[in-house]
Amino acid sequence: MNLFIILRKELIQQWRTKHFLIVAAVLVVFGLASPLLAKLTPDLLKSIPDMPAGLADMIPEPSLMDAVTQYVNNMSQFGILLALLMSMGSVAQEKERGTASMMLTHPVSRLSFLLAKFIALAVVFAASLTLSALGCWYYTMLLFDALPWGPFLALNGLMLMAFLVYVAATLLCSTVARSQGTAAGLAFVALVLIAGIGSLPRLDEYMPGRLFRWGTAMTMGGSETAWPAFWISIGMIILFLGIAWLVFRRQEL
Amino acid sequence: MILVENLHKHYGAVHALDGLNMTVEIGSIYGFLGPNGAGKTTTLRILTGLARSSSGKATVAGIDLAKDGRSLSSRIGYLPEEPAFYPWMTPGEFLDYLGKLHGLSTAERATRTRELLELVNLAESGKRRMGGFSRGMRQRMGLAAALVHRPEVLLLDEPVSALDPSGRKEVLDLIGKLSGQCTVLMSSHILADVERVCNVVGIVARGRMVVQSPREALMQQYAQPVFEMEGKEPASMKRWADLLKDYPWVSKLNQDNHILRVTVSDVERARKELLASAVGQGIILSRYQEMRPSLEDIFLQLVNHEVAQ
Repeated sequence: MNLFIILRKELIQQWRTKHFLIVAAVLVVFGLASPLLAKLTPDLLKSIPDMPAGLADMIPEPSLMDAVTQYVNNMSQFGILLALLMSMGSVAQEKERGTASMMLTHPVSRLSFLLAKFIALAVVFAASLTLSALGCWYYTMLLFDALPWGPFLALNGLMLMAFLVYVAATLLCSTVARSQGTAAGLAFVALVLIAGIGSLPRLDEYMPGRLFRWGTAMTMGGSETAWPAFWISIGMIILFLGIAWLVFRRQEL
Repeated sequence: MILVENLHKHYGAVHALDGLNMTVEIGSIYGFLGPNGAGKTTTLRILTGLARSSSGKATVAGIDLAKDGRSLSSRIGYLPEEPAFYPWMTPGEFLDYLGKLHGLSTAERATRTRELLELVNLAESGKRRMGGFSRGMRQRMGLAAALVHRPEVLLLDEPVSALDPSGRKEVLDLIGKLSGQCTVLMSSHILADVERVCNVVGIVARGRMVVQSPREALMQQYAQPVFEMEGKEPASMKRWADLLKDYPWVSKLNQDNHILRVTVSDVERARKELLASAVGQGIILSRYQEMRPSLEDIFLQLVNHEVAQ
């Protein structure tokens, strides 16, 4: 099936164009730095000269929760930013350069063209997040305590799903747009919309941002769940990819 | 075979194609000529399935594009005017990738890649990344990519526009060799190139076919036979021109100093009588030439007439 041939090419492309290296490097650096920052932040604050007497005593001792929260905060910011940066040119750039029209006159269906790009990006983010999680888990164990494997794995799985919502949204923007610049602008609007809706009371329960909170709670032994956000995130990925395909199959190149 | 019937393409108020009709017979090399904006690239994009017509019918290799565009890609090869490639790939990798998409076996892909790289003179750059290729190299690579699966129909959009004279000759010779092996539709604005390799010519203007005909028949139809003679003395040439006016087969005379240009209505009689007349009048000629109308003359004549309408 041609999807696998195209996917293989996409994965080689992610490797040779150093996209995988960039995503992995950023996520691994923040994976390693998160427990370290959580550990050192109180000491750094205490070392500020002229700190009022008694205030230093009020700064709590760093905990495992701080390490996990730091990790989730860093990942949610940089992971989403990378999802946008790595996906915005994926289709628009090929249309702009002319490689899309070159390839689509060969046995490459428009659905395979889009799906291969999404799957390749998903693989890049999954692999990078795995490396980042391993680094974070190891440093947290050295500096605090061992994180429970299962829930920590689930946290990373939920974060990956949230990233993929943004990848799919950006892929849609890249499909609709004729140029990379327009794709970037549209993707930024999409990001603001998703994040904006996710910050509204009540609605936040249904948005991908909630997955970060669920994962954190799960890792720390909490009982909070966010199944509506989970299913809606899957729905959003399918919806964005579906719209991208409907737009792309009618698009003239 | 390519069959286009009453094809229309509108971009808002702009009519890129306005009822285009075209027939490209199996095995022919069809030169698709027209001024800029005539609709050549639009037609090719529709025939490749990259764009849709507003109305009308187009059939390529027996496939009705409106009904079954999916199976088209295995039957056609397309070279866009500015072919683009993945800059991180080498030509060998790209041809191998296309071969895989077309279902060629590993051995077939290796052989075909080697053959094509040699054919388009890129064998030495086979392992170089395409990001650094010149426009000419990209055009030759594009031709190799279009040929990888031995298509029945080859659609070429200005295939030699970026090549130097020697590259142009090589590629045109290559296209010429495809005659009878596959059907070639080649758009160009370089008339000499079309005249060199194409056996059928279609001239398009304002999205409409002005004329389509076998090249030789077109030349015959629009030929205005002209004989050009260069004499030693302008005065004797003038005297001879005055005498030639009375010949019934002479339709137009034009003298420019030493050169006399005679447009004739009967080529055979002119061939027999013109030189005899010169000898009879004691005219010393340094040059005698039967001029052949170029495709460029015909193109300009037809397109200017169409635009004037």
